[in-house]
Amino acid sequence: MTKKNQKGKPSKSSDSGLIDITRKKFRWSDYLAEKVIKGTAFLSITIIVLIFFFVFRESLPIFYSAKSTEQTETAGNASSVQETYGEVTDKPAAPEVQETYGEVTDQSNTQEQYGEVKDTSAPADSVEKAYTVSAGSGFDDNRSALKSLLTKDWVPVSEKPRYGILSLIIGTFKITIISILFAAPLAILAALYTASFAGKRLKEIIKPTIELLAGFPSVVIGFFALMVLATFLQEIFHYETRLNSFVGGIAMGIAAIPIIFTITEDALTAVPKTFNEASLALGASKWQTAFLVILPAATPGIFAAVLLGIGRVFGETMIALMATGNAAMMDLNPFTSVRTLAATIGAEMAEVVFGDTHYNVLFLIGSLLFIFTFILNAIAEFYVKGKLMKRIQGK
Amino acid sequence: MIKSFKKNIKGILIEGLTLSSALLIIAIVVVMVTVIVIGGKDQISWEFLTSFPEDGMTKGGIFPAIYGTALLVIIMSVAAVPFGTITAIYLTEYAKENSVIAKTIRFAVRTLAVIPSIIYGLFGLGFFIKFVGTQMDNTFLGGQLKWGQPNILWASLTMALLTLPVVIVSVEEALKTVPKDLRAASLALGATKWQTIWKVVIPGSISGIMTGTILAVSRGAGEVAPILFTGVAYYVATLPSSLSDQFMVLGYHIYVMTTQSANVDKTMPIQFGTTLVLLALTFILNISAIVLRYRIRKKKTN
Repeated sequence: MTKKNQKGKPSKSSDSGLIDITRKKFRWSDYLAEKVIKGTAFLSITIIVLIFFFVFRESLPIFYSAKSTEQTETAGNASSVQETYGEVTDKPAAPEVQETYGEVTDQSNTQEQYGEVKDTSAPADSVEKAYTVSAGSGFDDNRSALKSLLTKDWVPVSEKPRYGILSLIIGTFKITIISILFAAPLAILAALYTASFAGKRLKEIIKPTIELLAGFPSVVIGFFALMVLATFLQEIFHYETRLNSFVGGIAMGIAAIPIIFTITEDALTAVPKTFNEASLALGASKWQTAFLVILPAATPGIFAAVLLGIGRVFGETMIALMATGNAAMMDLNPFTSVRTLAATIGAEMAEVVFGDTHYNVLFLIGSLLFIFTFILNAIAEFYVKGKLMKRIQGK
Repeated sequence: MIKSFKKNIKGILIEGLTLSSALLIIAIVVVMVTVIVIGGKDQISWEFLTSFPEDGMTKGGIFPAIYGTALLVIIMSVAAVPFGTITAIYLTEYAKENSVIAKTIRFAVRTLAVIPSIIYGLFGLGFFIKFVGTQMDNTFLGGQLKWGQPNILWASLTMALLTLPVVIVSVEEALKTVPKDLRAASLALGATKWQTIWKVVIPGSISGIMTGTILAVSRGAGEVAPILFTGVAYYVATLPSSLSDQFMVLGYHIYVMTTQSANVDKTMPIQFGTTLVLLALTFILNISAIVLRYRIRKKKTN
């Protein structure tokens, strides 16, 4: 078939230009290949949408309590549900109410009755409500979970579980700030050195080293932090808890350095050579050019680098699990243990019951992480790129 | 005179500051590698690499973890490399550079690259295990629990999603190095677009596909968070023999040994040994990827 295609006559219009030749004849093999390739290329978009959908779906029951109660309770306490269900549906009141609602609208107590109708009209809903009144666990659980979300107590496994993610959020931000304060200046200065001052030989050492660091598994960095860095830093700073947000922050900073470095370096080398030449020609020295011309021109790119570094630290799980002490505490002291959002998911997800409130809350935390990194990336992508292009093209 | 001297001092200071930052980063890498090599080198032996853990993981080797890691990255590559390559081909060969579709796909790929790995774990649990797996059980096995629980297949597929952007970016870079003239020549000789891609463009960028695969494997071998609840196990007595088995992985082995083992001090040599093995593995993979990529870039500049 392919041979035949090759011999196929070129169409009339194809006497010049590549485009015309490729358009000469309709071919099934080509058509199919293009469609399959195009379809596959959409996979990455599909995955994003699926991640959005499935991570959110599992966290929804907290807000949409009825559904979750249905899930969690029908299995365990089937008998009691049955009982209350019977009560509700046997109630002769339900149809009556419906009638009165239709007939009389001016009566003073219609408002109340209307409310009742609303409850009984959806049978599933009424079962849950009735059930809650009598047994009062599942629905209550979700309610109180939702209420406790913005408190600071994270006590998911207890008689009265409380899911206050505030302390987790504070902990995550604390550790993110520490690690960015450590990693960003280091990586940006090193990138500036590589882009502006370094000779060829040094460049060939620095860049592969950074690439190797980027390839370090986070477990290995976590292990290093846990075994060596924690002891080392404790000897210098003499703080009490060996594993704390400071150690974790430094370790995560090490993980974030390659990202910040690479993107910053890209941004710096993307600054047109004419900037450099013009500055040098005007009599500026090498460091003045680097610091006062190249660096400012690349600021949007550096900003993007830091944003993505923040994203990396924010979602880092293994280092957080291993080196931060994992105690949910609510203070701003850098030398106390913290528990980050990602570490909470990593540590607790394996032990929760599927469909449980705790399970849903963990997925909710996952959604928060996802939204946050998505927004960070979107800012880095659109806002920064537009600005960088404008600046470099001198508009 | 004095002014220029001051200027010089400032320049030297600033250059020194940036240089020391670069050196500090190199020093961190060197220290980490040295510490792990020194701590783990005595542990490495043929026996350590080829035997099972013994005595509640306080003795013996790490063979199941090595085997599990290998299996994981193989299944993962089988899933990620073809899809990644095809996406890259679409982006470079078919899509117009500034079309909305291409831009959206690129944005999606970059987003995939920055989503925290733990989110992939959640997605693997919510989608592969609880949705696909449970559906499979219900339709094929009549509700018997087989696929609706963590196993190596779901873990590998989750990992494949995570490494997809790595493959796409590397392959795209390689495809761009294939000269336009080659494509034009092929088309001019009467080959169709697909023939050109299959016979000219892909063979010309095979090293790029290799680089992508190696980088993906290196990433997949080191990540732990996505598989925490999609298939990895603390200890399994037998090697995984089917896709629905759980498995052990080097990274997770390090994590549980350091944080959940009853006797952390006693197992210290094993921890260092395992870390050294994992680090060596990712190092070898990364260095070969760096060398390959260096060659591709050289070809491009020529």
